[in-house]
Amino acid sequence: MSKILVVTSGKGGVGKTTTSAAIGTGLALRGHKTVIVDFDVGLRNLDLIMGCERRVVYDFVNVVNGEATLSQALIKDKRLENLYVLAASQTRDKDALTQEGVEKVLTELKQTFEYVVCDSPAGIEKGAHLAMYFADEAIVVTNPEVSSVRDSDRMLGLLASKSRRAEKGEDPIKEHLLLTRYNPERVIRGEMLGVEDVEEILAIRLLGVIPESQAVLKASNQGVPVILDDQSDAGQAYSDAVDRLLGKEIAHRFLDVKKQGFLQRLFGGRP
Amino acid sequence: MSPADLLDHPPVFQLKGSMLAITVLELAHNDLECLDRQLAATVAQAPSFFSNTPLILALDKLPDSEDTLDLRALMALCQRHGLRTLALRASREQDLRAAMALNLPVLPPSGARERSIDPSDTTPSSSAAKQAENSALTESIEKAEIAAVADVRPSKVITSPIRGGQQVYAQGCDLIVLAPVSAGAELLADGNIHVYGPMRGRALAGVQGNLQARIFCQQLSAELISIGGHYKVAEDLRRDPLWDQAVQISLTGELLNISRL
Repeated sequence: MSKILVVTSGKGGVGKTTTSAAIGTGLALRGHKTVIVDFDVGLRNLDLIMGCERRVVYDFVNVVNGEATLSQALIKDKRLENLYVLAASQTRDKDALTQEGVEKVLTELKQTFEYVVCDSPAGIEKGAHLAMYFADEAIVVTNPEVSSVRDSDRMLGLLASKSRRAEKGEDPIKEHLLLTRYNPERVIRGEMLGVEDVEEILAIRLLGVIPESQAVLKASNQGVPVILDDQSDAGQAYSDAVDRLLGKEIAHRFLDVKKQGFLQRLFGGRP
Repeated sequence: MSPADLLDHPPVFQLKGSMLAITVLELAHNDLECLDRQLAATVAQAPSFFSNTPLILALDKLPDSEDTLDLRALMALCQRHGLRTLALRASREQDLRAAMALNLPVLPPSGARERSIDPSDTTPSSSAAKQAENSALTESIEKAEIAAVADVRPSKVITSPIRGGQQVYAQGCDLIVLAPVSAGAELLADGNIHVYGPMRGRALAGVQGNLQARIFCQQLSAELISIGGHYKVAEDLRRDPLWDQAVQISLTGELLNISRL
C-alpha cells in the first residue's frame, strides 16, 4: 500500500528539504520505490539538494496545469534505481497549485510509487496546507529552540484538524517528531532545549535526533543527500530514522556529548 | 537502605478519588446486528465524539430471558465505532463469567444515583418495570450525569492534545481536557475548566460572567488564566510558589486564588 508522507515544520530553515531528501533517499535505498515532491513553488530547493537541478525540464505546476505529463516531469535519480524527484516551479508562486490539481497528481503518483514524500514549504499558508492535506503520515521537523517548537506545535494542531483525514473523520495522520541540528554540548550548557523538553512539549513519538553536523552543509552544496554519507553522524542518524519509520526499533544515538580523545584535547582538534 | 533514607524520600504516588462523566451504553436487547446499524447511525451524527471514547457497557438492563451475549463480539463492535470499553456493568451470572474471562473490570449494577427516581415506582428493581421502561428503546446512550439532574448540560470532553492556535469553547457547560494544552492554545468555558495534563495555554472560565467558575489543572504552566474576566498572566503566575503544580483557581471578590489541589 502506498503512503503519502509530508515533511513539514511551520518554521523555515529547520531542515525540511534536507530531511525530505534524506528520508526519500533512505526509503529508496531500502528498496521502496519513492518519489520526492517539492511543494515549495517559487523557492525551489529540493532539486539542488538532490543534485538534479540541471535536468529539470517540466515541474509540478506544469503537471498540475496539464502542460506536461507526469512521466515527462519526473526526474530519475542518477544514483538510485527506485528514486524520483518532482521539482517545483521557480517562476510561479504557490497560488499556481490547486487542491484538485494536487489531488490528481498525488493519486497518479500513488499508483506507481510506494512512498510519496512531500517537501512542504515553510509557513501555514496555501503551499504548506496543500502539502499536508492529503498526507497519511507526517514528519514534523523541529530545531531545539522555543520558536521552532511553538511553530511545530501549531503545525501539529493543523495536521489534526485541517487535513483530509481529519475532515473525513478517518484515522488521524500519524505524527513523527524529527529533531534536527541537535548539539548535546549546548544542551548541557543550557543554550539549547534538550530532547526530553521538546518531547514533553510536543507529546508525539520521536522519530530521530539529527546532530548538528558539518556534513549537512557539505552534502547540500554537493547535491548529495546527506544520508548517502554513511561516515557522517548526521547520515547515520537519518538512516536510523528511516529504519524507525519502517517500524524497526532502534536505540537513539548522538544524544550525548562525544568524549574527546587525548590527542584531540591536546591539539584542540574538532571531533 | 536505612530507615532514615526511607523517610527522606517523598511518597512516589498518591491515591485519589475522582468523579468523571462517562458514556454508558445500555443494552436493552441482545441483537448485535441491529445494534451495529443503529450505532452506525448515531456515530454518523457526531463522528468526532466517537473517537476513542471511553465507555461503560451496561448489560444489567438486559432481560433475563435474553440469550447469552457474545461479549467479545460486542466489544469488537463498539471498538469499530470508536468506543473503547473500560468496564462492564452487569448482574447476570453468564455476563460476569464472560467479563472475568476477558479480564474486564465489573462495576456493580446501576444504582439509584444515575436514574431519575419515580416516587410512584415502589419496586425500582423489579424486572417487569425495567422491561416496560426499556421496551421503546433498543439501546440508549446516555451521559450518566444527565439522568441525575435533568437541567445540567453535559461537559465538553477533549481527549486529544490542544495545540497552539486552536481554540475550544465549552458553551454553557464545563470543559474537561484529558491531554496536554500547548502554549498558544485557548480554552474557554461558561462553566469550570479541568485540565488533566500540562496546561501551557490560556484558560478562561466563566466567560459569560459566572464568577463561581473554577479552573482545575494538574500542572499550572499557563500563559493566562481568567475567571469571569478577572485574569492573571504568566508573568505574575510564574512567581507563585504553586507554578508547575496541581492547583485549583477560584475567584474571591476581584482576587484570583490559587490553591494546591
